Amino acid sequence: MSEQGVDNSKRQFLTTALTVVGAVGTGYIAVPFLSQMQPSTKAKAAGAPVEIDISKIEPGQLIRAAWRGKPVWVLSRTPAVLEILATDTAKLADPNSLESNQPESSQNEFRSIKPELFVAVGLCTHLGCSPTFRPETAPNDLGPDWKGGFFCPCHGSGFDLAGRVVKGVPAPTNLDVPPHRYITDTRIMVGEGSTEAEA
Amino acid sequence: MKSKYLNECGSWFLDRFPMTKLWNEHMAQYYAPKNFNFWYFFGSLALLVLVNQFITGILLTMNYKPDAGLAFDSVEYIMREVPWGWLVRYMHSTGASAFFIVVYLHMFRGLIYGSYKQPRELIWIFGMLIFLALMAEAFMGYLLPWGQMSYWGAQVIISLFSAIPIIGDDLSLWVRGDYVISDATLNRFFAFHVIAIPLILIMLVFLHIIALHEVGSNNPDGIEIKESKDPWGHPVDGIPFHPYYTVKDIVGVAVFLFFFATVIFYMPEMGGYFLEHANFIPADPLATPEHIAPVWYFTPFYAILRAVPDKFAGVIAMGGAIVVLFLLPWLDRSPVKSIRYRGGIYKKALALFVISFLGLGYLGMQAPTAGATMAARVFTAIYFGFFLLMPVYTRWEKTKPVPDRLTEQPTLEDRIPGLKKAMSKMTKDVPVEENGHTVIHKRPNPAGIANVGVNIAKKVKGSLD
Repeated sequence: MSEQGVDNSKRQFLTTALTVVGAVGTGYIAVPFLSQMQPSTKAKAAGAPVEIDISKIEPGQLIRAAWRGKPVWVLSRTPAVLEILATDTAKLADPNSLESNQPESSQNEFRSIKPELFVAVGLCTHLGCSPTFRPETAPNDLGPDWKGGFFCPCHGSGFDLAGRVVKGVPAPTNLDVPPHRYITDTRIMVGEGSTEAEA
Repeated sequence: MKSKYLNECGSWFLDRFPMTKLWNEHMAQYYAPKNFNFWYFFGSLALLVLVNQFITGILLTMNYKPDAGLAFDSVEYIMREVPWGWLVRYMHSTGASAFFIVVYLHMFRGLIYGSYKQPRELIWIFGMLIFLALMAEAFMGYLLPWGQMSYWGAQVIISLFSAIPIIGDDLSLWVRGDYVISDATLNRFFAFHVIAIPLILIMLVFLHIIALHEVGSNNPDGIEIKESKDPWGHPVDGIPFHPYYTVKDIVGVAVFLFFFATVIFYMPEMGGYFLEHANFIPADPLATPEHIAPVWYFTPFYAILRAVPDKFAGVIAMGGAIVVLFLLPWLDRSPVKSIRYRGGIYKKALALFVISFLGLGYLGMQAPTAGATMAARVFTAIYFGFFLLMPVYTRWEKTKPVPDRLTEQPTLEDRIPGLKKAMSKMTKDVPVEENGHTVIHKRPNPAGIANVGVNIAKKVKGSLD
């Protein structure tokens, strides 16, 4: 130990400076470590639009396709179904889809570009299960008020045939409608909207 | 000659490593209360299951492929073509359920004997962290077989993160590493399951045991044995962990292995509770199985999630159900640890809690009908009531006087005369003429049975007051 004694304030400064440098260094290395768990470039590129052929769809039928690894539904709705959708709105949490995700072209009463054809992402907005298609009226397990719709087997959320969520269930919003457009009358492109903004 | 060299080797090692000190501190001179009962087997059994999971897990990684295209088939390959692969896999899958059975019983032991109370709060906290790590480990492991239940179970649980406001969607995207559960998710869950979480688990188990050995074990009487010591400074009511409890635990291990082997060899799927039927179908991202439920050990928490009709509030309730467990040492204000000397109100509350926990566990496996949801709400209220009202009712409860030294419980042998007496009360001798001989038959005596029943009911009621 030198005769000059110890400069405590200098020691304190050096300790603090080293701590700060160490913390900044840890912060810098944390960025690549955490970011490498983000989706890779390949995963991001895999979200290409898909084309669905609807020429063979029957009235009342639901066909399924995959887009970005998610199920996409195309449902053909009969006039009787549209009648129910237009009138039976008292039970719905968000009948006008104000809180829900859909392109502008589908933000209407039937949540679709053409009323008879409904396109939706088939994943419950609660925790991502794929709801089952239950078009029948008043089945035993769903009660007398059921007028056809989608029922999530995981947590019991119900949706009508326009994907609108009923009140008092865990799902917070209506089923998502993906951006989509009609290439011809019998072909739909999912993943691309009809305008630039919806793509 | 030989033994001399061996001795020299031994002392060379002991001069350089505190083996003797560690052995004495944690085994040969670690004094444990002498009155450990059935409930005290589950700590060492948890350690046994942990070792089982490590060994079988390492063997499984030798043939398992963490790739969405290959995973399902590689598990079937292990089951059908790897020598003894079926055994290793069933030991691992049954071990997962056994782990939770043992750990739930171990935690219940803490609840009845107040093992979380001062000075053992930190042991309880480390234990709860182990429980949390175990849940993460089990959840990630369940994705690996890449069956339908693996896929949709993971989909639901990861979506829980998306319920968090603002950062939720980005967070679940970060956890998945893709826009849906995919190969990227499977591969990272494999990494977490085989190395990250096991390392954390080992560290936490180490901390749990070190913290335990610092303050000493609790016991069914809830008395600190360190408060009465003999002239040599050892607790009068304590016995060295080795050989007394090492040997006693071997009995527990033998009984445990009997049940464990029965499940592995005769009912490895346990009727769909340990390995769910839908998980024998490869993952299909386009169709959720008709009925999905998590594996049984998550169902109580899953039922709480479903009971709340709001996405974010449901996630908060489910998380809260685990957070309250962490707070237990500070919620309980009773001066008495063991249920033997606590008031009737705690016994009743605990009974209600056990019923609601089992009820939630059952409801979590069932389809979400209106009636089931209502029942789950009642049970959820009781579950939280047990913890959140605890500061109130434990302060009011009338406790019994706690003895200074450990008490002797009657052994099974001591109970035999009483049992014989009850048996003779419940039967009556009826002479019957058979082929000219008089034979005396024992027949049930309704009045006697009613009498014994009333006595038992009176005893139960007495202990609850």
